[in-house]
Amino acid sequence: MKPTDIAAPDYFHKVVDCQWACPAHTPVPEYIRLIAEGRYSDAYMINWKSNVFPGILGRTCDRPCEPACRRGRVEENPVAICRLKRVAADFKDDIRQRLPRPSSKNGKRIALVGGGPASLTVARDLAPLGYHCTVFDADPKAGGMMRSQIPKFRLPDSVIDEETDYILNLGIEFKAGQRIDSMKALLAEGYDAIFVGSGAPRGRELDIPGRKEAAANIHIGIDWLSSVSFGHTDKIGKRVIVLGGGNTAMDCCRTARRLGGEDVKVIVRSGFEEMKASPWEKEDAMHEDIPILNFMVPIAFVHNNGKLTGVTFQKVKAEYDAKGRRNLVPSGEADETINCDDVLVAVGQENAFPWIERDCGVEFDKWHMPKVDPKTMASTHPKIFFGGDAAFGPKNIIWAVAHGHDAALSIHRLISGEDVNERPLPEVHVTSQKMGIHEWSYDNDISPEKRYKVPHRDKVIALKDIRTEVELGYDVKLALGEAHRCLNCDVQTVFSAPLCIECDACVDICPMDCITFTENGEESDLRTRLKAPAPHPEQALYVSSDLKTGRVMVKDEDVCLHCGLCAERCPTGAWDMQKYLVDMVQAGSACPSKSRSAA
Amino acid sequence: MTYIAKPKFHHPGLKKNELGFTHRDYEGKISTLCAGCGHDSITASIIEACFELSIEPHRVAKISGIGCSSKTPDYFLGNSHGFNSVHGRMPSVLTGANLANRELIYLGVSGDGDSASIGFGQFAHSIRRGVNMTYVVENNGVYGLTKGQFSATADRGSKSKKGVTNTDNAIDLVAIALQLGATYVARSFSGDKTQLVPVIAGALQHKGAAFIDVISPCVAFNNHAGSTKSFDYVREHNDAVNRLDVITGRDPITVDYAPGTVQIVEQHDGSRLALRKIDADYDVHDRVAAQAFLQKHAAKGQIVTGLLYVDPEAEDLHSHLNTVEQPLNSLEADVLCPGSSVLDKINASLR
Repeated sequence: MKPTDIAAPDYFHKVVDCQWACPAHTPVPEYIRLIAEGRYSDAYMINWKSNVFPGILGRTCDRPCEPACRRGRVEENPVAICRLKRVAADFKDDIRQRLPRPSSKNGKRIALVGGGPASLTVARDLAPLGYHCTVFDADPKAGGMMRSQIPKFRLPDSVIDEETDYILNLGIEFKAGQRIDSMKALLAEGYDAIFVGSGAPRGRELDIPGRKEAAANIHIGIDWLSSVSFGHTDKIGKRVIVLGGGNTAMDCCRTARRLGGEDVKVIVRSGFEEMKASPWEKEDAMHEDIPILNFMVPIAFVHNNGKLTGVTFQKVKAEYDAKGRRNLVPSGEADETINCDDVLVAVGQENAFPWIERDCGVEFDKWHMPKVDPKTMASTHPKIFFGGDAAFGPKNIIWAVAHGHDAALSIHRLISGEDVNERPLPEVHVTSQKMGIHEWSYDNDISPEKRYKVPHRDKVIALKDIRTEVELGYDVKLALGEAHRCLNCDVQTVFSAPLCIECDACVDICPMDCITFTENGEESDLRTRLKAPAPHPEQALYVSSDLKTGRVMVKDEDVCLHCGLCAERCPTGAWDMQKYLVDMVQAGSACPSKSRSAA
Repeated sequence: MTYIAKPKFHHPGLKKNELGFTHRDYEGKISTLCAGCGHDSITASIIEACFELSIEPHRVAKISGIGCSSKTPDYFLGNSHGFNSVHGRMPSVLTGANLANRELIYLGVSGDGDSASIGFGQFAHSIRRGVNMTYVVENNGVYGLTKGQFSATADRGSKSKKGVTNTDNAIDLVAIALQLGATYVARSFSGDKTQLVPVIAGALQHKGAAFIDVISPCVAFNNHAGSTKSFDYVREHNDAVNRLDVITGRDPITVDYAPGTVQIVEQHDGSRLALRKIDADYDVHDRVAAQAFLQKHAAKGQIVTGLLYVDPEAEDLHSHLNTVEQPLNSLEADVLCPGSSVLDKINASLR
């Protein structure tokens, strides 16, 4: 193999698995260290810059970072990255002084359709640069699906208000209750760019016999949640069936429990394991005495002269064909009818763009989705950009934020007369952490603690009021314990071949058997000759240039604890621990960059 | 040394031996030696050898004297018996322990100061008596704990870190061990684990006095130009006569070397060593030739490494003395004191 080019910005970025997995590339280990130091406001600002909604995401994020967390490859559970983010939001001081100021206008006007996370991110990135941003939303308050679909017991209004206000106070014009009905009309208003962040607002129908007749007691999940959220709905029948296995279904069933549902069941077509809902959301639902029944396909709504009485299900089982694809086939058992008073249908969401005229310059594909460049978020109309669920279908908040950053950068480049397709490289800082012979400016002592549970409010109290937040969040002590579990994967092991005397000290001390000195070879061959198995090719091998004996140093990055013992035991300083920080490119200097210099 | 303890986490795909242990289970405390010390590599090699042989840690007695080398038993086999004796007295303590209980595996760890100076006589007598043990000398040619004076194994003409030339002749412990009748004699280098690990494993299986001289660079005081025990010097002058593979029952070795280049040595206890010859003429069973070979190459400034001599039919001190097989601590009073009738018989035989 060729010597690893550690100067390539992506090489070390990939080693920080959590940050690499985060669509917005939040510098996770950096903010976790700040939490451990009690610097909550600093930790919050790092998050705010990357992901815009730390308090909201700290309660609701889909956490792509956690399955990626290296800790999960070393012991049972990853670091509770998401809930530590909430700690930063909960314990921070007043940070308003650190936010960018509304700047003098540059005369350019941007229209943003929808007031959800994608649009708000675009507005946050562009407003401080002088753009006049106008956000249109059909709802009375900003937040989009964060406000309308996520139940208040998971995400209180106060948190949404706080974080949407930080953005709206940058001098953004928010047009509440104003639905955009025509793209052509909007274009005619002469905006310099238009961003579409209108989400995936349509709940998928379940068209089976009885649907029309019993419609009064059959509700589309996201519409119903929204109606609950804005106070239009405040009760439901005692016996409720929720159809669907995603996170919306989990929100529906738990909301139903709080509005009078005593016997609430979630019933899914697939197996329990294959459900789309996040494992922790399933756990929370089951904790509230909501059983999840699987392998049952709804085939009819049963009603008595239009009054819903139950749902009939066909029992199925999973069969796998030669290619490993799953098919649900009838199991042969008798159909089962389960009685209920209400049904909530949460079987998916769809995009809907009835308001975009098909001849306005935005091309759509055969699935009726706009053609959007995943890098620039540009549509086929030069001035129109998409992001969030509106771009590629339902994803989650953190993806919407990432899209927002990319779209804002594109809009800024477009209006500045630069090539939208050309993306500047991120700025990378790599700094030695050495303080003494065996002292580092990060805590390299690996905590053996297991993942700490987030305390929950007592169930009896939690179920009484839909606005009572269930999760209490970590207290300072628990947060400190959890923060110490972080392996500091951004503190990189950096090897200098000319300094190495091949004494093997690093090989001997490495607790994870990551390091091998051997003859060079092709990667597939090298992987078989290492001190411990290296079965994950997506985890890089760090290969040095040739050493004195003609061998090379090979380090498997996979399960490195970043404990720095290799560097402590190195007599010549050939190993060093260096902190890698990457400043992802955002539109202009939209946000204060000083808050990042927390080293 | 290091402030933090070595994390308990280990690689999820780590190999396990017959006992279900990983090599991490054979570790001891974290080393307090200087970063980069050759001794730590010897420690790692002992750990690896015990792991590969699936030795139960409680069956090992590790005994040492005084010095950097003699600290190392603290860093391996944390669940074995250990005795840190007086300077140079490891061989006596080991001999005594061995006489009292022959069922343990005896691993003596010493250094060039401990064995070639203050304990030179002790070393000599334990070897000539044929104590069943593995005697490892971690040889750096320098007194590291007292800041780098020449030891008795430093080569004449080699230079200290301050530039002083050594005018004394060096003691070659391998030559002496051969001359005194050691039945397994090897030399190796801390910077070459592929050679060192099987050499240690073979010695642990050998029944008789096994002696291993391991050149182990002192990174603090003896790893400079002019030293003959530095990483660079040893790598340049290393003349390996053979490569050893220890054949354990579990992993029958698939020998795919050119015919005639591999020699299988079957030891008394049934353990087998596979020797890959590098020097085709070298006969590992010829003690006299080995001594001559060693001196000839030493005169040329070469460091001969590998398994230099092995007597597969070796006997040990217990068979010489016809001692009781059972460990002394398990002998009951009626055996230890067989009564006056037995005494009368003995007395009668002497009249």
